[in-house]
Amino acid sequence: LLSRGDLDESDWEEIEETLLLADIGSGPTDELMTALRTRVKVLGTTDPEQVRALLREELLTLVDSGMDRRLAVSPVTGDDGEPHPATVLVVGVNGTGKTTTVGKLARVLVAEDKDVLLGAADTFRAAAADQLSTWGERVGVSVVRADREGADPASVAFDAVKAGRENGVDTVLVDTAGRLQNKAGLMDELGKIRRVISRHAPVSEVLLVLDATTGQNGMRQAQVFSEAVDVTGIVLTKLDGTAKGGIVVAVQRELGVPVKFVGLGEGPDDLAPFDAAGFVDALLD
Amino acid sequence: MFASLSDRLSATFKSLRGKGRLTEADISTTVSEIRRALLDADVAVPAVRAFTAAVRERAGSAEVSQALNPSQQIVKIVHEQLVEILGGDSRELTFAKRPPTVIMLAGLQGAGKTTLAGKLGAWLKEQGHTPLLVASDLQRPNAVNQLEVVGERAGVHVWAPERGNGVGDPIQVARSGVEHAREKFYDVVVVDTAGRLGVDAEMMQQAADIRDAVSPDETLFVLDAMIGQDAVTTAQAFADGVGFTGVVLSKLDGDARGGAALSVRTVTGAPVLFASTGEKLGDFERFHPDRMASRILDM
Ligand SMILES: Nc1nc2c(ncn2[C@@H]2O[C@H](COP(=O)(O)OP(=O)(O)OP(=O)(O)O)[C@@H](O)[C@H]2O)c(=O)[nH]1
Ligand SMILES: Nc1nc2c(ncn2[C@@H]2O[C@H](COP(=O)(O)OP(=O)(O)OP(=O)(O)O)[C@@H](O)[C@H]2O)c(=O)[nH]1
Ligand SMILES: [K+]
Ligand SMILES: [Mg+2]
Ligand SMILES: [Mg+2]
Repeated sequence: LLSRGDLDESDWEEIEETLLLADIGSGPTDELMTALRTRVKVLGTTDPEQVRALLREELLTLVDSGMDRRLAVSPVTGDDGEPHPATVLVVGVNGTGKTTTVGKLARVLVAEDKDVLLGAADTFRAAAADQLSTWGERVGVSVVRADREGADPASVAFDAVKAGRENGVDTVLVDTAGRLQNKAGLMDELGKIRRVISRHAPVSEVLLVLDATTGQNGMRQAQVFSEAVDVTGIVLTKLDGTAKGGIVVAVQRELGVPVKFVGLGEGPDDLAPFDAAGFVDALLD
Repeated sequence: MFASLSDRLSATFKSLRGKGRLTEADISTTVSEIRRALLDADVAVPAVRAFTAAVRERAGSAEVSQALNPSQQIVKIVHEQLVEILGGDSRELTFAKRPPTVIMLAGLQGAGKTTLAGKLGAWLKEQGHTPLLVASDLQRPNAVNQLEVVGERAGVHVWAPERGNGVGDPIQVARSGVEHAREKFYDVVVVDTAGRLGVDAEMMQQAADIRDAVSPDETLFVLDAMIGQDAVTTAQAFADGVGFTGVVLSKLDGDARGGAALSVRTVTGAPVLFASTGEKLGDFERFHPDRMASRILDM
């Protein structure tokens, strides 16, 4: 990107292409290009290096608008004045990495000396609870699961939170089945899971797991899941691949929901806090 | 939500009827509307560029300016071009002259391979075949159990000599699976493999080794319809690393516009053979290029 002398139209096209190829989207790309052209004009610069730095600056402002990216994972006091475990509900479309993320998050929390319990509220997908149980064994955490396939996911979530409370754990992580946001019935089911949990303990976090390879549909996912269960944070997975995950730029801006973690592989330690500068640099790379 | 492309173009052209040739400004507006529609549908940037250049050229032609409704005419032209690209070389699955036919599945993590294995099993069985599913994903936690469950649901046998979760050799499992099929007269073998990234050289080599061990008659690349611009890089990486003969587009029951269908087709030339349209066994159909083109154009 921009290594030659003075700027011409093809340089601008190249910049635009970088943004589009990162899945930033046509709307946000137009806005960024307009902002960049204005600044370049005002500064009267023709130095490609400087333009590149300006673009990085613009993107960084857009991506890192001082959002709180901490995860609420400490026990909370409920309406009843009693202590409750922090509950984290993990949601998203099919195959984005929810179950894996629950496993990795448990690992992080265990390393922080927290008492963690997992709830296998995906009672639908083949061997989903087994998969979560394997993760539980890997990271040394117990799993509450249904005794049969097809059980009511809300009641599994309820059981997990109840068990968490009775055992005085710090955090309960609830894995849910993947669902496409255009399936109203499944989205209602998710709303019910959330409501049922909140009868036992305040829901501390709802994490939406977005796959970095996702294109413009990611915006729709974020909108609909937010409406259904009030998403508090995004986990952007599979950033270890060639995809840049640029859709989260628009998602953060339009919904005000920050990316809190990124997934960087399939292993238990492949979860990292979101780093805006690193994200922008990879995007422009 | 946004108005559909046809609506937006109709608005652009409203004042234009019977006016004759399109002005330069009319053409520019048209081109940029189409460009936006394609980008919003996740069509690959280079493909969008080629399309808009072609539209620009044809928009000034008599075929458009003399049409009763120029906007519809332009959309029709683009639609036809999309169908042509998406539908070229459409064909049936290739079966081996001497059974068993081997179908290998490959793709990114979470694309829908294992689910597809079950669907293919059920579909093949329905057609009178005796399929065997082979559990060569020994990586993802409980991938073997998952395949066993979908196999059971489909009423199809599963070859699973290893429990996986990081233990066992997927190449050996694939090889022994095909041998087992040959001995026991299964006529189609579907080999499920672990999800992998195009940039993961070691895992891509493993896929190539599985391929070499079983010499598949079909290697199906399973691609999530929600994928964005990375479709090009990933499709190319799988084409180079393993090679594939056909594509299955998954999760088409969602509301993603699915421009990736076009990307994978233009980059690799491999035809899209099937659409996966849900989580259940029966949610599986032939790919329809015309429907896909309408979907991409939001019509
Ligand atoms: N490379 C890479 N793979 C990942 C990452 N996170 C998850 N995966 C893989 O993606 C696939 C799907 O992950 P899951 O955790 O099963 O996804 P899920 O969202 O729970 O899927 P469903 O429950 O079926 O909707 C698995 O093969 C994971 O190993 C990541 O950050 N990087
Ligand atoms: N809605 C919908 N979900 C699908 C479709 N195909 C697969 N899925 C779901 O997508 C998720 C991932 O599917 P899998 O079959 O496990 O994907 P995979 O490619 O085998 O994943 P890995 O083995 O982890 O790489 C599961 O939740 C499936 O139920 C589809 O066509 N539509
Ligand atoms: K990346
Ligand atoms: Mg899961
Ligand atoms: Mg699989």
